[in-house]
Amino acid sequence: MSVSAATDPMLPRRYRVRKTWKELADVSTMELEALEGQSMAFQPGQFNMLYAFGVGEVAISISGDPAEEGKLVHTIRDVGAVSGALASVSDGDMIGVRGPFGSAWPVAEQTGRHIVFVAGGLGLAPLRPAIYHVLNNRDQYAGLTVVYGSRSPHDLLYAEEVRGWKSRFDTEIEVTVDHAEPGWTGQVGVVTVPLDRALAGNNGAEVSAFVCGPEIMMRFSVMSLKAAGVSEDKIWISMERNMKCAIGFCGHCQFGGDFICRDGPVFRHDHVAKLINRKEV
Amino acid sequence: MPDAKGASFLLDSPGPLVDALRRQGWRVIGPKLGQGAIVYEEIESAADLPRGLTDEQEGGHYRLREGDPDRWFDYVVGPQNWKKWLFPARQKLWSAERSKDGFSVESHEDEWPKTAIFGARACEIAAIEVQDRVFDNGDFADSGYTKRRAGMLIVAVQCARSAATCFCASMNTGPRAEAGFDVALTELETGGFLVECGSDAGAAVLDGLELADASAAQQQAGEAVSHKAAAEQTRTMPANVESVLRDNLDHPRWEEVAERCLSCANCTLACPTCFCSDVEEVNDLSGDHAERWRVWDSCFSLDFSYIHGGAVRRSTLSRYRQWMTHKLSSWHDQFGTSGCVGCGRCIAWCPVGIDITEEAGAIAAEPLAQEV
Repeated sequence: MSVSAATDPMLPRRYRVRKTWKELADVSTMELEALEGQSMAFQPGQFNMLYAFGVGEVAISISGDPAEEGKLVHTIRDVGAVSGALASVSDGDMIGVRGPFGSAWPVAEQTGRHIVFVAGGLGLAPLRPAIYHVLNNRDQYAGLTVVYGSRSPHDLLYAEEVRGWKSRFDTEIEVTVDHAEPGWTGQVGVVTVPLDRALAGNNGAEVSAFVCGPEIMMRFSVMSLKAAGVSEDKIWISMERNMKCAIGFCGHCQFGGDFICRDGPVFRHDHVAKLINRKEV
Repeated sequence: MPDAKGASFLLDSPGPLVDALRRQGWRVIGPKLGQGAIVYEEIESAADLPRGLTDEQEGGHYRLREGDPDRWFDYVVGPQNWKKWLFPARQKLWSAERSKDGFSVESHEDEWPKTAIFGARACEIAAIEVQDRVFDNGDFADSGYTKRRAGMLIVAVQCARSAATCFCASMNTGPRAEAGFDVALTELETGGFLVECGSDAGAAVLDGLELADASAAQQQAGEAVSHKAAAEQTRTMPANVESVLRDNLDHPRWEEVAERCLSCANCTLACPTCFCSDVEEVNDLSGDHAERWRVWDSCFSLDFSYIHGGAVRRSTLSRYRQWMTHKLSSWHDQFGTSGCVGCGRCIAWCPVGIDITEEAGAIAAEPLAQEV
């Protein structure tokens, strides 16, 4: 019995870095193309295990447009040895990819509703494929609100693209920073401030919300959403835990009875509500 | 001729069975004396078996003692278990070589000669069945595990005694293995072995042996051996442990046990169902060759839950709680079964003698009032 790449889920496929660019001081985006086999089809919210030769492997969400075939996009923050190696690749480099893994933002199932995205920091990256889907199919949805917060104006991800979304007449885009800098004329404060304001003008019962960011930011955002009448079964969040295999074998990403890699990373909030407010689970 | 699955026979000693297995090309792994404990290594004949030994086990305590020199299997489970063979502690997954335009990837498969595990106890067979569900979870199957499991034969030994740490009866996993084996041996009180055939593969092995049919009385004597072993067990797991742990994550008992727990990970290494692993990058000095190795990991290590910014489970309390609630409660959510088979290894091999049945019992006895 021989093990081929098709059957061994631990074996990566090789991808070429078609193009890479710096987003922020410690964040880069790369566009990848498959060197063997077919290009990867994925759903918004799913992730890949990316391998840097000689360094290791790490779980990174897919941040490109699922409708664009043959183009795989990842945005990576340099927070350690592996992510640092991946964030500093150059055009033409090769990396290994396993995936896609995990659950997806069920945005395509929420047609007719007012879609609210709440993103904190790099949490915008895993939400972006879902945002693209709503932007591309805007007439199928009652409304689109994106509330995005980062630590400082320097940390605003995809800033130019977000400005482009804001320039459309069929979107409501709110951007806020925790700490302003000279020259910043936008909002200052945590995401719940513009979120509460945006929700105030809407009927919570018509809202489906997708939230991604640090856990504390997600907790407070969910509180705001619920206070505005958004039903808990219309709120989805994306969780992050250590992952070594992404296929449910290594045990690292357990969250209660769930494996974040297989049952998540995207969860409907009522499914994780009992544990999400508990420390050290 | 022993051609019927479910048939029972008699055998004087395990010797001819070991010889028959080896003659038919099976590598035989069985219990051996090693470093003052029973370990599972390759055996060449029944002479390698630790005949005449028995064990004494308690919380944080394991000693081998001289027993009846004629008895073959009067010890029970030791520090090792069969996962060391089926799910090796270090395992190469694949390798990569630097090339002109990047790197090439090469898959890796370890050799696995067809292997008979000789002397698996009922709790251990239950543990293998638990790991079968872990490594084939419906979406993904571990290719190495699947291959090793397929090329394997199980010779069970029905326990004739229980250690003080055993609680398989309470977990419904023993002491008598009713299924999951190819051949099962019961060492009878009067000497000699009752041989049960559990599969066609087992029948093929037994085919070459001179076996007398077992009488109904002899079969009953075999069952009586298991009843006696079961009756010796004093430790029990609360029947409602799955729900009681899920509902008592804030129970004060967790703090109390965390005061004693060293977070040393011994329980997870000794446990026959614990499956957590890490994947390591192994490089040579040239930097042109890289290998990916899967190694056992433990939820008791601080790094286990590390994400950028720090570990999620920083306190010993949270790590012990994770281990025990996973083993006894959330395992049901994941795999439709308990992760505990009642072998008692985590009790004997805990350096401070923490007893999983006592901890579960303490929480079950005084559960927190539930919010409505």
